[in-house]
Amino acid sequence: MTATTSTPAGTAYAAGSFAPAPGAARTTAMIRAQAVLETRMLLRNGEQLLLTVVIPALLLVLFSGVDIVDTGAGKSVDFLAPGVLALAVLSTAFTGQAIATGFERRYGVLKRLGASPLPRWALLTAKTCSVLVTELLQVALLTVIAFAMGWSPHGNPLTVLVLLLLGTAAFSGLGLLMAGTLKAEATLAAANLVFLLLLVGGGVVVPMDKFPGGVRSVLELLPVSALSDGLRDVLQHGAATPWGDLGILAVWAAVGLALAGRFFRWE
Amino acid sequence: MRNEPAVEVTGLVKRYGTMTAVDGLDLAVPQGSVTAVLGPNGAGKTSTVEVCEGYRRPDAGTVRVLGLDPVTQGAALRPRIGVMLQSGGVYPGARAEEMLRHTAALHAHPIDPALLIERLGLESCGRTAYRRLSGGQQQRLALAMAVVGRPELVFLDEPTAGLDPQARHATWDLVRELRADGATVVLTTHFMDEAEQLADQVVIIDGGRSIAAGTPEELCRGGAEGTLRFSGRPGLDLASLLKALPADSAAAELSPGSYRIEGKVDPQLLATVTSWCAQHGVMPDRLAVERRTLEDVFLELTGRELRR
Repeated sequence: MTATTSTPAGTAYAAGSFAPAPGAARTTAMIRAQAVLETRMLLRNGEQLLLTVVIPALLLVLFSGVDIVDTGAGKSVDFLAPGVLALAVLSTAFTGQAIATGFERRYGVLKRLGASPLPRWALLTAKTCSVLVTELLQVALLTVIAFAMGWSPHGNPLTVLVLLLLGTAAFSGLGLLMAGTLKAEATLAAANLVFLLLLVGGGVVVPMDKFPGGVRSVLELLPVSALSDGLRDVLQHGAATPWGDLGILAVWAAVGLALAGRFFRWE
Repeated sequence: MRNEPAVEVTGLVKRYGTMTAVDGLDLAVPQGSVTAVLGPNGAGKTSTVEVCEGYRRPDAGTVRVLGLDPVTQGAALRPRIGVMLQSGGVYPGARAEEMLRHTAALHAHPIDPALLIERLGLESCGRTAYRRLSGGQQQRLALAMAVVGRPELVFLDEPTAGLDPQARHATWDLVRELRADGATVVLTTHFMDEAEQLADQVVIIDGGRSIAAGTPEELCRGGAEGTLRFSGRPGLDLASLLKALPADSAAAELSPGSYRIEGKVDPQLLATVTSWCAQHGVMPDRLAVERRTLEDVFLELTGRELRR
């Protein structure tokens, strides 16, 4: 590495190259730059891609193509697609965001950004934008796959959008709460574990009626269950607005974001 | 406004639980100067700097940075300062140039990142992920990130720790240039030569307090004045020599024919010693005046025992 350090001594740059001219960039420009960087970091990370793209896509293809789980009446893809969309939101807004943020905290990225002109709210806005961009890519990909598997969705797309956004808010709050309070390694382990448990017990690929009544009434209160159930009500059954599920998601979002705001530690 | 200090810390106290890291520290950094904060490990250097950067809330005392309170007026302060942490601060997967360009994009009038990349010898690793950079390359990237926004005031926490000599000199050149162009620099260091080379002002802190401050020359001048050594034939009559010297001087034959005189070493004392030698037919061989180095001063003030 010595070759890289052989800056010729006395290479003179015009005097005044370093003359102070401080100032923050425009806030919108900062948020855009931060969101672009966060998205690039996410898409560059192999493990994250596995979690956010490969696993949901595989589950959709595998479980709609092969009759592994009894998904009730109708085409299995009509049952699975809404669940996998919920899983995609879970993987990006919760698992991916928690792990990435946990390590950013551990490596001093958040600390260093804390001394930059970027305000904290702008950093969180950029993170949210990056999550939404990733989700957009996921939803597009999963929708194409689902259609290829013969999916016939119903319902109001706007209701679907509200469900996805509220789910994102709920998962982001919980993910940031975890990333901001636990050690990076603990976050990594816990976020993956939660992902796996919710995948099985959150009505994503296994219908809720497979669980005994008592367990089921608890599981139904989980944010991922509410999201997949709500999406299924609309997309599979063409229901109007699933107020109950929206209510559950809203409570999770409020509680998660409030706790994250209160307990998040930047270092 | 030019006379207002860039950093003014009065009676700063910072505790972590029951541990007091900073214990009534005073610090004044003149605008446009390079100030080196020296101290053993655990002296409170990083805590002090991090309070100034707005990371930590003081438990007591006042801190003004560019006239602002770093805690309550951080939003106004942050665009005006540049910060180099002791380690980390970069996404492990980010490429060196990508990260520097990103930091530049957060500022209104950044320095061209390409200039800094070349300047700090990072050309060959611009596309390398941060986690794959060597320690020295990571340090230089962090330095580049601290200055790319053209700050008025730059905080560098141990900027040359772990650097090879070429990279150290590149860092020093950059600090000198920042100063020449009117920026204020506060750096912490373990290296005495770094402080002697770069600093207009050295502040030595220990046990969370500032125990000495001044230019490197002022610090080296104070205290015990100096030492004069020479060689000659063994067994000189030092009592007679001492009679010719000022009252507070001391003379000793360290080993046969090797002499040491301690006291206020000035031209007058030198003349007295050489004329005494001339009268006694002694050729003062290897006559040498020893000045205290910053390291002597530092060890005198902070003790020689190892810190835990």
